[in-house]
Amino acid sequence: MAEKIATRAAYGNALVELAEKYPELVVFDADLAGATMTKGFMKAYPDRFFDMGIAECNMVGVAAGLSTCGKKPFVNTFAMFAAGRAWEQVRNTVCYPRLNVKVIGSHGGLSVGEDGATHQCIEDFAIMRAIPGMTVLCPCDGNEMRLATEALLNYEGPAYMRLGRLAVETVTDSIDGYTFEIGKASKLAEGKDVTIIATGMMVQMALKAAEALKAEGISARVLDMHTIKPLDEAAVLAAAKETGCIVTTEEANVLGGLGAAVCEYLAEACPVPVVRHGVNDEFGRSGKAEKVLAAYDLTPEKIAECAKKAISLKKVSC
Amino acid sequence: MENKYQALAVNATKARLLAVQMVHDAASGHPGGSLSCLDVLTTLYFHVMKVDPKNPQDPDRDRFVMSKGHCSPALYPTLALRGFFPVERLKEFRSIDAHMSGHVEMHYIPGVDMSTGSLGQGISTAVGMALGGKLNKKDYRVYAILGDGEIAEGQVWEAFMSAAKYKLDNLCAVIDVNGLQIDGRTADVMPSEPLDKKCEAFGWHVIKIDGHNYDEIVKAFEEAAATKGQPTVILAKTVKGKGVSFMENDAGWHGKAPNDEQMAQAKAELEAKLKELEG
Repeated sequence: MAEKIATRAAYGNALVELAEKYPELVVFDADLAGATMTKGFMKAYPDRFFDMGIAECNMVGVAAGLSTCGKKPFVNTFAMFAAGRAWEQVRNTVCYPRLNVKVIGSHGGLSVGEDGATHQCIEDFAIMRAIPGMTVLCPCDGNEMRLATEALLNYEGPAYMRLGRLAVETVTDSIDGYTFEIGKASKLAEGKDVTIIATGMMVQMALKAAEALKAEGISARVLDMHTIKPLDEAAVLAAAKETGCIVTTEEANVLGGLGAAVCEYLAEACPVPVVRHGVNDEFGRSGKAEKVLAAYDLTPEKIAECAKKAISLKKVSC
Repeated sequence: MENKYQALAVNATKARLLAVQMVHDAASGHPGGSLSCLDVLTTLYFHVMKVDPKNPQDPDRDRFVMSKGHCSPALYPTLALRGFFPVERLKEFRSIDAHMSGHVEMHYIPGVDMSTGSLGQGISTAVGMALGGKLNKKDYRVYAILGDGEIAEGQVWEAFMSAAKYKLDNLCAVIDVNGLQIDGRTADVMPSEPLDKKCEAFGWHVIKIDGHNYDEIVKAFEEAAATKGQPTVILAKTVKGKGVSFMENDAGWHGKAPNDEQMAQAKAELEAKLKELEG
């Protein structure tokens, strides 16, 4: 059994691990250091950690100002407040002036669980992606998160990265030839009948779905689309041409996020059937994370079902 | 007293003339609040701040944030007169053929330290710059001008709390209290008084001045620089539209351009003022 670690935990570890190598890294939080896992950095580097209290808009602005003084600020809060509450600050004071601020949204998606809909951000991909020049990341496991965090430290400009609350299986470390590069999809499984393009914790579910499909004689490619923007168009195009249909899966609203990005691109480049799997434009609910995910059909079984639907659509002419 | 700061008065009057002219030429823009803050802004750039127009990105420079970012017609002429770029560039204001945005923009305009426009956000960035000064052990100072309507934004008070927390005595904010905003009197739209007590309660050193009196403006900045352990806010009582008789104290001139006839009158008034100052 592979290691299980939440991406937020891997991120928190990475901050501490990378602090010496990147002396310009400074970390902001908005009274959630225990949950966002910046607490370790806070303890190890108190002079480079700033708790701005429950005031996300100001936090983003202060980080923007500090970035003009040569620092590399990472601002941390829940995805709901990083992408939601402070959206306009991110848009106008970080992205428009192209400042080097990394906006980190922890507890993305329905897997927040018990806290319920007010804290289950399913819109962050859509609203962050809509900002010109913004980079949007959602790594799937601890290994990828560590690599993504360092990649962001070497990336000049605004970026948003979503972290997850739940411990998830580390899968990318055991895949031959796996590398991480912002904007480049990682092919985790080869296949010819359908491609499942997944992001975040749906990657692990996609791999399980691919296994299940294999047992039924269906060969599914799995792309780990850790970078939602800029979309790896070459990988998407190759998938469309080589497998003829696509399933996208994300722990987010099917409107505006990964699925939308793939559809927008393929509609113009190579129209093939695309089935979008995700949250079907409705708010989440309280419950144990696994049960909430199941209640909203965020399961490997549903992904496999979507794959079969996508394959069946290949024959449809409209 | 007036003689001592005659050069400032001359520069401010020149800036006012350029401000009204650029808004007229663009047929849009925000003259009222630009004119009200120009004595404070001129004092900053021509008397207080350590800046070098030849090296606008000098890491040791003093910083300025126009938190009320619509007052680009105050900042752009001030920077031009200070030598950051040719005055002729002001013709580019709000034109699609150039890059001089309606609201203050940092990448295309030399000397601008932060892009602003969405109210309440600039002050947070000034806090960040002041924090950067402390972290980098630099002795530069950071200045920001806010509107008295702007301070209804909750983020301003978030920023005020954070500046007090980190004891940012290298930060000095000026609230341009011209008493008017788009929908009318600030006292009617969203009352902010007692502003001095509010700012004090947020941990700031407060100085109240006449924002058109250079002696008071200069002394206030000196007092701010001498204040240790806490940030300073200067509440500058001003006249919206200052220097152009028909714009003064009229909220209607918040975001409206003068027509040709009005421009001619404004020009005549400001040129007469300039002549009087220069003898």
